[in-house]
Amino acid sequence: MQTNFLRKIIFDEKSRSLLIQTLVIGLFALFIYLIAQQTAYNLEKRGISSGFDFLNLSAGYDISIRLIPFTSEDTHFRAYFVGLLNTLMIAVCGCFLATIIGFLVGVIRLSSNWLFRNIAYVYVEFTRNVPVLLQIILYYSILLHLPKIKQAIEIFDGFFLTNRGFFSPSPIFKEGFSLVLWSFLIAIIASILIKKILKKKQEQTGQQYPIFLINSALIIFTPILVYYIMGRPLEFDAPVLKGFNFKGGMVIRPEFLGMLFGLSIYTAAFISETVRSGIIAVSKGQREASQALGLKNNLVMRLIVIPQALRVIIPPLTSQYLNLTKNSSLGIAIGYADLVHGFGGISLNQTGRAIEIMLMVMLTYLTISLTISLFMNIYNKSVQFKGNA
Amino acid sequence: MTTFSNQSLMRNKYYNWIIKNLFSSWVNSLMTVVAIIFIYEVGTFFLNWAFFAADFRTNFQGELITDRSFCSKNIMPGEYGACWAIIYARWDQFMYGFYPIEEVWRVNFVYALLPLAIIGILFDKLPFRKYFIYFTFIYPFLAYFMLYGGPGLSVVGTNKWGGLLVTLFLGVTGIGLAFPLSIILALGRRSKMPIVKSLCVVFIEFIRGVPLITLLFTANVMLPLFLPDGVNPDNLLRALVAVTLFQSAYMAEAIRGGLQAIPRGQIEAAQSLGLNYWQTTRKIILPQALKIAIPPIVNTCIGLFKDTSLVLIIGLFDLLGIGRAALADMTWTKLYYEVYVFISLVFFIFCFGMSRYSLYLEKKLKTDNS
Amino acid sequence: MEQVIQLEKVNKWYDDFHVLKDIDLSVQRGQKIVVCGPSGSGKSTMIRCINRLEAHQKGHIVVHNTELTNDLKNIDMIRKNVGMVFQQFNLFPHLSVIDNISLAPIWVKKMPKKEAEDIAMSYLEKVKIPEQAQKFPGQLSGGQQQRVAIARSLAMNPDIMLFDEPTSALDPEMIKEVLDVMIQLAEEGMTMLVVTHEMGFAKTVADQMIFMDEGKIVEQATPDEFFNNPKSDRTKLFLSQILNH
Ligand SMILES: Nc1ncnc2c1ncn2[C@@H]1O[C@H](COP(=O)(O)OP(=O)(O)OP(=O)(O)O)[C@@H](O)[C@H]1O
Ligand SMILES: [Mg+2]
Repeated sequence: MQTNFLRKIIFDEKSRSLLIQTLVIGLFALFIYLIAQQTAYNLEKRGISSGFDFLNLSAGYDISIRLIPFTSEDTHFRAYFVGLLNTLMIAVCGCFLATIIGFLVGVIRLSSNWLFRNIAYVYVEFTRNVPVLLQIILYYSILLHLPKIKQAIEIFDGFFLTNRGFFSPSPIFKEGFSLVLWSFLIAIIASILIKKILKKKQEQTGQQYPIFLINSALIIFTPILVYYIMGRPLEFDAPVLKGFNFKGGMVIRPEFLGMLFGLSIYTAAFISETVRSGIIAVSKGQREASQALGLKNNLVMRLIVIPQALRVIIPPLTSQYLNLTKNSSLGIAIGYADLVHGFGGISLNQTGRAIEIMLMVMLTYLTISLTISLFMNIYNKSVQFKGNA
Repeated sequence: MTTFSNQSLMRNKYYNWIIKNLFSSWVNSLMTVVAIIFIYEVGTFFLNWAFFAADFRTNFQGELITDRSFCSKNIMPGEYGACWAIIYARWDQFMYGFYPIEEVWRVNFVYALLPLAIIGILFDKLPFRKYFIYFTFIYPFLAYFMLYGGPGLSVVGTNKWGGLLVTLFLGVTGIGLAFPLSIILALGRRSKMPIVKSLCVVFIEFIRGVPLITLLFTANVMLPLFLPDGVNPDNLLRALVAVTLFQSAYMAEAIRGGLQAIPRGQIEAAQSLGLNYWQTTRKIILPQALKIAIPPIVNTCIGLFKDTSLVLIIGLFDLLGIGRAALADMTWTKLYYEVYVFISLVFFIFCFGMSRYSLYLEKKLKTDNS
Repeated sequence: MEQVIQLEKVNKWYDDFHVLKDIDLSVQRGQKIVVCGPSGSGKSTMIRCINRLEAHQKGHIVVHNTELTNDLKNIDMIRKNVGMVFQQFNLFPHLSVIDNISLAPIWVKKMPKKEAEDIAMSYLEKVKIPEQAQKFPGQLSGGQQQRVAIARSLAMNPDIMLFDEPTSALDPEMIKEVLDVMIQLAEEGMTMLVVTHEMGFAKTVADQMIFMDEGKIVEQATPDEFFNNPKSDRTKLFLSQILNH
């Protein structure tokens, strides 16, 4: 009787699966419990308190690169936000630049010119096979060894390269500038409408319209026109050398530039590969088919290959964006004040709340990653849907 | 007569190639010219800097370079290129870290055997492969004994390890330990048991969602908090834990891709013969899935190998860490191009080699299947 | 007569989709039963339930006096005694022919390797391709692969064999070599349940014909009656389609 019962539990598919899962979860809980207990004991022994109350204490350190005001009297919680914004800023700028370089290199990799092709190839192999951290440090070193402020290199009027960063005139917006921005926005909306209308006409009548040209003109010239009508409501404040430093203007710090170059040059190599394989994937067959229809070659590239390739490119592109965002945590190596450097590094050292702080930092990155993946999935679904329809 | 026509045929072939790839249109020709100028400028600059105008061990006056003031470029600014003497001077550190000089033979011994330990895994048609694979399993223990010491060998603490030794140690050991773990994770993620499956999914996605540096920090700061008093892993071991967990999540995803590629019929055939879950997994599914998954696995390994450089942030001296230490030394400071180019080259050789191997496997897989 | 397979009011659903509806079937030792019917009628699903590649949700399936339930021991035992041949062969591409065949005897029956290989060779001779022993499945023709698959099942020495359209993935010139092996097997007295549309084979070998449609057994009869005097209209329609083809 008893053996029968045992046999039923062990050899029955369902109860065995239940048994295994109970065991797994039990072991897991035990593991967590032991660690939690040990940690509590260790914390007590070392006199480290825990909890999130430290977030309201004043941080006591300065952050030089910041998007929102911050002084050493502000709280750790505010330091968290300053770091988060810096992380997001470098991630967004990095992705932007990496995409531009990546697409450029990807297309060059498919150029009909053998030399261009191979120069791009050498670039790709050399950048993606060297650690991104090494590249960040290298570019940062180069930037740090630019001339001192006294001997600043003036590349254009008002633009200076120095070892303290890149100085440029800062814009001063006067009354009426918002109208320029609004007109720009309206021009974009209008151009989308025009595109739709003309496309429809094109389908009906078969006549070709220079849609691209019309829209570019609209988007470029409308704001310019408004700008002049409003009496040029934008001025620049150029940096001027006063004593040991520049006065006025604005500065992009070498830490930011080092991160930007390192991250985007490295990631661009990967992006260029996805662009290349995306274009190859769709142009086989597709391109020949459309050529047979008698379209001109460059038109083919624009009308069929690129939009189709985008569909293939965007998923791996997003995962490259994710990688870049995660790699932006390397700012600590050169002193770029991102989330890991400021909050995860200095705040941690000052408060000793390692568990709480690392948890917050990790969950923040996790949230960013999952958000990007979520949008990716939504996009993928919509593309698949369109593909089927 | 025939030789003549052959020759002209050959010449024709080259000619056609050149026309097609370099001068097919006037735009193309223009690009060719631009590219040649670019290559010439960059090439001569780099070659001059790295070789022709560079110092190796001695400067232009023939003196042995013992600190940076002897570098030709520092004696006659603007005329000379790289000063590689820093690499020579720090060679031992780059290779072994602070390993005692009289014990360095032990590291060399381990380095020398590394190819033998790996070759069996890399090539499946290798003669006597079985014995190489046996050696692969013995090697870690042998290497650990040789490097760390034990009965008959003096103990060299891991705080003395550095440079390429740390880079390779973290890379190779991290990959080796992550491999079995990643198989379990990948199988777990495909399990029908919801609890097992969700644990694996959460673990994998968590690790893949956070940067490695946060894991390294966590391991560095928190591992001592998690563990009882007696157990206190040193810094290198803590980094190894982080690196292994990190790598296992990425590898698991690569393996899952392989598992998904196995047709259901394979499992059904095995089941209908009476093989149980583990037999089916071990004998039928894994051998096929791993074969498909090796190229992506190698790609994750390249990533990990590069990422080992992050340990310098938690105070370990890997290759890059040693390089930075050399630059921080007043006698050699400012020679950062030399140091970084050298380290880049080392990483490049390893990573490029791995990526070539991965390409070779992908090609082989394609031909095997057709 | 000894009953080796019995299905009693077997029902199966894929989500909302009712694949098998009240299937009743009994197979005696040594009987050869041929199952036919239109695509999607549930033929594969039925025979896959017999060695529990699929689980049924209602009714009873008894094989060798053992009922198929969640009990894994019973499932293992039944699978050891029931061989199955698939439409797509499902040979293991990473193993040589001889390893394909000796795998299960070694790992399931715990046979010494040498013995298992001897047995494998003897079955390869039986399916008339002993010279292919060291090759890999990818190097064989479809007909050869299917014969290896049959040998692989036979090597476990089953007393029931299930065939799921064993010839429908084959080129016409290879069908015969596989059918010949199956006929030989039938002559030796193997209990066989065969899903096939090879009506010639059915006429020579079958004791019973079963016609399935929409998850039900519509007609069960001796071949003689089935082909010459079918009762159901659907059977007639199906036969007219398949015989005129
Ligand atoms: N795993 C599954 N999930 C959902 N539906 C399934 C599944 N397997 C089969 N079906 C459906 O069940 C029905 C019966 O399938 P089955 O394979 O048994 O048909 P069949 O008679 O063998 O047809 P064929 O001659 O095409 O092999 C089909 O409509 C099929 O679409
Ligand atoms: Mg079927």
